Amino acid sequence: MDDTRRKFLKKAGYASLGISCALPLLDAKLLAMSEETGTHEAAAKKQLAMVIDIKKCQNKQLVDAAANACHTVHNVPTITDAKGNINKEEEVKWIWTEKFANTFPEQVHARLERSILDEDVVVLCNHCSRPPCVRVCPTQATWKRDTDGIVMMDMHRCIGCRYCMAACPYGARSFNWNEPRKFLEKGRGIVGEYPTRTKGVVEKCTFCADRLSDGLEPACVEAANKVPGGKDALVFGDLSDPNSKVNLILNKKHTICRKVGLGTGPNIYYII
Amino acid sequence: MLEHAFKGSKNYWLLLGFWGIIIAMGAGAYAVQLRDGLTITGMSRDVSWGFYISQFTFMVGVAASAVMVVLPYYLHDHKAFAKTVILGEFVAVPAVLTCMLFIFVDMGQPARVLNVILHPTLHSVMFWDMSVLMGYLVLNLLIGTITLDCERKGKHYPHWLKFFIYLSIPWAVSIHTVTAFLYAGLEGRPFWMTAILAPRFLASAFATGPSLLIILAVIVRKISKFDPGEKAIRTLATIVTYSMLINLFFFLVEAFTSIYSDMPHHLHAFEYMFVGLHENGVTYDVLVPWMRAGMVFSFITGFLMLFPGIRWNLKVVPYVCVFIICGTWIEKGLGLVITGFIPSTLGHITEYVPTAPELMVTFGIYAIGAFVLTVLYKIIIGVRERRAGYGADAQ
Repeated sequence: MDDTRRKFLKKAGYASLGISCALPLLDAKLLAMSEETGTHEAAAKKQLAMVIDIKKCQNKQLVDAAANACHTVHNVPTITDAKGNINKEEEVKWIWTEKFANTFPEQVHARLERSILDEDVVVLCNHCSRPPCVRVCPTQATWKRDTDGIVMMDMHRCIGCRYCMAACPYGARSFNWNEPRKFLEKGRGIVGEYPTRTKGVVEKCTFCADRLSDGLEPACVEAANKVPGGKDALVFGDLSDPNSKVNLILNKKHTICRKVGLGTGPNIYYII
Repeated sequence: MLEHAFKGSKNYWLLLGFWGIIIAMGAGAYAVQLRDGLTITGMSRDVSWGFYISQFTFMVGVAASAVMVVLPYYLHDHKAFAKTVILGEFVAVPAVLTCMLFIFVDMGQPARVLNVILHPTLHSVMFWDMSVLMGYLVLNLLIGTITLDCERKGKHYPHWLKFFIYLSIPWAVSIHTVTAFLYAGLEGRPFWMTAILAPRFLASAFATGPSLLIILAVIVRKISKFDPGEKAIRTLATIVTYSMLINLFFFLVEAFTSIYSDMPHHLHAFEYMFVGLHENGVTYDVLVPWMRAGMVFSFITGFLMLFPGIRWNLKVVPYVCVFIICGTWIEKGLGLVITGFIPSTLGHITEYVPTAPELMVTFGIYAIGAFVLTVLYKIIIGVRERRAGYGADAQ
């Protein structure tokens, strides 16, 4: 028995030797990864982004118009309970508002003006440069599109494990706890071409990938611009293009992002 | 060998029937969930994982703890475990099975679950978790059945099996480590994102699993002629004692960093678990009595196990073990997953309480585990008793 144990330990020794030989390779890979995510390369790659003007978005009519446009175009149901009230626990939403304090917890201090704390801030998927949801998804049902940096979502591949919801630091993902079509039929009905979902899958904002391919702007941006005083409240564009509208604003105005400390590289910018 | 599973006393069939009834109830509740969706559970947008994933996490620990009998026996030639080792391996089999079932019932689209294999995703910890769990199930089935079959035939197990036995040791560590990594790698959840999570998981697992083994060994001793041996049970009790103390130490380490650093994100989780959170005049504290009870169980049992008079007293130690399991279950099967979601990433506090159908599905899965365990243990007892009987005949 002792003999076999010695043999085992010997083999284990060889194995660890093998692993330590492989470590330099791993090192090289990690180095490559860190370079990949560096700022230089990111700038060259196409990355769609949005700049949101928080002050302009204090107009409730504008925000409602944007959210309505999005949710109508994408057949996002309004989930209600038996009494017809909004079921907050099972809500599905792609774009909505949160209080400033909840959106930017790191920017809040005890002396911050009350009116700012209570400001409603438009929130949606950040289409992160290093999205945690993509990293954790076991089926690649959510992935980062190379061509424009959109974090895409395939509701037909999603198995509904909700790992992405645990991983997303922004609460941007919704799960269909219930049969969504049931609520669509009760509400505004099924509109247009966008496919409805089945129960048991996760969904979120896709930057209107479908509309973009038709040469249109995202539905929320289009709707917000139509509201009086809503011009440029939501601005959409490509970060890799130095002359894009988003870059022109980013170069001029003081903007912030949500939870930058986590390293996810959010691509929704806020003018404070 | 399997024939032992098909003939047994009235009590054996009654026990299987009892598990069967619970399984049927669980299946009924699951059918409702399949029809209506996960809306029938208490989970929500904010607390998107609940009881199922919690139970999965807890049972991975029970499964991994087989290594606590395999390692001393095969690596250190601890002879007292000669008859216990199979008990550990045959706990691991139903434990992994329940783990997989808990994951399965948590899926929103269970019919698509094979997508995990069809689109293997190396950067997803969940893919690795599935792989190591599958592997562990196969390893334990293979090792357990072959060693028991060889024992039945009165010969030594084949030499090639040794490789798989050794492999199963780091593999057991891997299943719980990878399960901890599911949580510990999420930057958005400060409560989980701690390096101590995997060591803590292992320590609590090595306290829980051997505790269960002690209880099972004492039961087997009582109801059959097969005696796993007092020495083996004592060694298990020593293992439980060390693991429990290490587990408590790890908990204190974690609590210290969170509480002493006084960083709100880390503090909130502990506040939620042990005193409750307050917001706009509302108190959120459903977990508090549970977590406090769990802590009392864990610290008192940890203390009691220090005394050889208790630890090695076969009449007392199984009861202590019951409370050890309760304590670690509350910690891992209740507090750990849910608290990670409270408050949510958007700072909202949504509490979670499992619903009746959700609990029924959970009990159903545990009953499947218990059913398989009963059958496997019946086979072990059958083989052992018969061998003992043959020995007597020969003389």
